[in-house]
Amino acid sequence: MDTRELTCINCPMGCRITVVMEGAEILSVTGNNCKRGEIYAKTEVTAPVRTVTTTIKVNGGTHDRVSCKTKEPIPKDKIFEVMDVINRSVCEAPVRTGDILIPDCAGTGIPIVATKGVDNI
Amino acid sequence: MRADIVIVGGGPAGLAAAIAAAKEAPELSILILERDNELGGILNQCIHNGFGLHTFKEELTGPEYAERFEQQLVGHNIRYLLDTMVLNVASNQVTAVNSNDGVFTVDCGAVILCMGCRERPRGALNIPGLRPAGVFTAGTAQRLVNIEGYIPGKEVVILGSGDIGLIMARRLTLEGAKVKAVCELMPYSGGLKRNIVQCLDDFDIPLLLSHTVIDIKGKERVSSVVIAEVDGSLKPIPGTEQEIKCDTLLLSCGLIPENELSRAADIKIDPATNGPIVNESFETSVQGIFACGNVLHVHDLVDYVSEESSRAGKSAARFVKKNEIETAETKNIRIQKGSGVRYTVPCTVRIANLEDDLIIRFRSTGVFKDSYIDVQFDGEQKIHRRKQIITPGEMEQVILKREELEQCIDEITVSITEG
Ligand SMILES: Cc1cc2nc3c(=O)[nH]c(=O)nc-3n(C[C@H](O)[C@H](O)[C@H](O)COP(=O)(O)OP(=O)(O)OC[C@H]3O[C@@H](n4cnc5c(N)ncnc54)[C@H](O)[C@@H]3O)c2cc1C
Ligand code: SF4
Repeated sequence: MDTRELTCINCPMGCRITVVMEGAEILSVTGNNCKRGEIYAKTEVTAPVRTVTTTIKVNGGTHDRVSCKTKEPIPKDKIFEVMDVINRSVCEAPVRTGDILIPDCAGTGIPIVATKGVDNI
Repeated sequence: MRADIVIVGGGPAGLAAAIAAAKEAPELSILILERDNELGGILNQCIHNGFGLHTFKEELTGPEYAERFEQQLVGHNIRYLLDTMVLNVASNQVTAVNSNDGVFTVDCGAVILCMGCRERPRGALNIPGLRPAGVFTAGTAQRLVNIEGYIPGKEVVILGSGDIGLIMARRLTLEGAKVKAVCELMPYSGGLKRNIVQCLDDFDIPLLLSHTVIDIKGKERVSSVVIAEVDGSLKPIPGTEQEIKCDTLLLSCGLIPENELSRAADIKIDPATNGPIVNESFETSVQGIFACGNVLHVHDLVDYVSEESSRAGKSAARFVKKNEIETAETKNIRIQKGSGVRYTVPCTVRIANLEDDLIIRFRSTGVFKDSYIDVQFDGEQKIHRRKQIITPGEMEQVILKREELEQCIDEITVSITEG
């Protein structure tokens, strides 16, 4: 048996939630004050995901970097691999918000999209 | 130059105010003056997500959120000048400077102040020790990393656990820096819980509550900082000192509304917010000058900035069209802060001027668990609402119905009482 302590991030109460697991199976979720806490705890212990936001180098634009994000949340343990791929990539101006800058980042199947526009010089 | 309404600052507050004013009165000409080289204000450097959950029902990054508003400028009678710094404001004239026009004045019917806030600099924090390079405010570091693409250091200690500090702890970690600790003077964090989990816990960055930096070492560049635990009266406890090797110290110790222009215009400032005192229309103590966004009071959520600024923009448009009832004829109700309440916005209400319900926003003086938000009209209880938790870090609000307000004669009191 395995016990995980979590802080629910869905509202300012910040309940401390205890999840008891047997391998991949969830035996109990306690400490949450509402249903939302239970749902959060279940995803968090089985397959935690996060959206990564960062910047990527731009050539020939009015700015040297453009902000970007993973279009969908990616598995938490892929964060640093995704950062590494983005930091080794370069894109060309002009860039529009929503443009796909990297189609499948670090084998996650999830693209990196621009969150701002950069014009040509 | 002339414009019916001049807006000082083109951040989220200025943009929302301009759009709402234009929608309320399409015949009015609106001019935004922005000192930076782009619109969007501080959002341009806030590349993380979490914006717009209230307004657009999706999680946007700062630049995406700003762009949604910039797109709405098109098709309205709104002009803007970039790289233009406002030097002085009065209710019917604004003085500004830029490299094309030099110093110029704009005659106008109303002014909306949307200058935002800035961070408490180190000078305001009284940390002893030398003044080597490597000490930044968290917001300056955010600009360096996210706009200039320059990483300020490799080993970092952060003082203050406000949201900008937490966000920067994650940002620097993603860029390969080692964030050794976040120290917080108070026994609780000023930042959102979700940021503590996603920005610190995810990367095993320790959050040291009731800790402060007591010394900064290093000749040319920071080489270490000395931290210590503090007691109940926030004094360092001897014997708890630890030295942490680092090359960078980030300060994330709160924001102050940027009100030099307001003070110079003799606008009354509320010492609790450091922002102007306003009425239900977001009008300051000087008739014809309005204020909204972070220059009025520091917000944690940009959605609230946009919503509040829309109401300010609409009021300014109505004022210019002279739809507003003269102050003298209308009854002025005071909003008093009762126990547990640090400030309220607005501070006075003229019911005749209310178009909709009245929203009173406020912050608490401390952390309250299982307590009640109480609202009284002339001493008589009107609202008694239970809240599981109230913290100074999260803004609270009460909404009062216009019809109900008609019963109130002198004052509304907002307070927090323990269960
Ligand atoms: C460093 C920092 C990080 C933040 N991070 C977040 C976050 O992650 N999430 C969040 O919800 N909120 C964040 N905030 C709060 C955020 O500021 C507000 O949500 C929102 O941006 C406030 O909008 P505003 O228009 O009032 O101010 P701002 O965005 O600050 O805009 C003010 C504008 O006025 C201009 N200006 C000022 N003085 C003059 C002058 N004299 N003449 C001409 N122009 C002038 C400035 O250049 C600026 O563009 C942050 C604040 C700061 C300071
Ligand atoms: S469990 Fe429910 S009450 Fe507790 S923090 Fe999560 S959302 Fe809030």
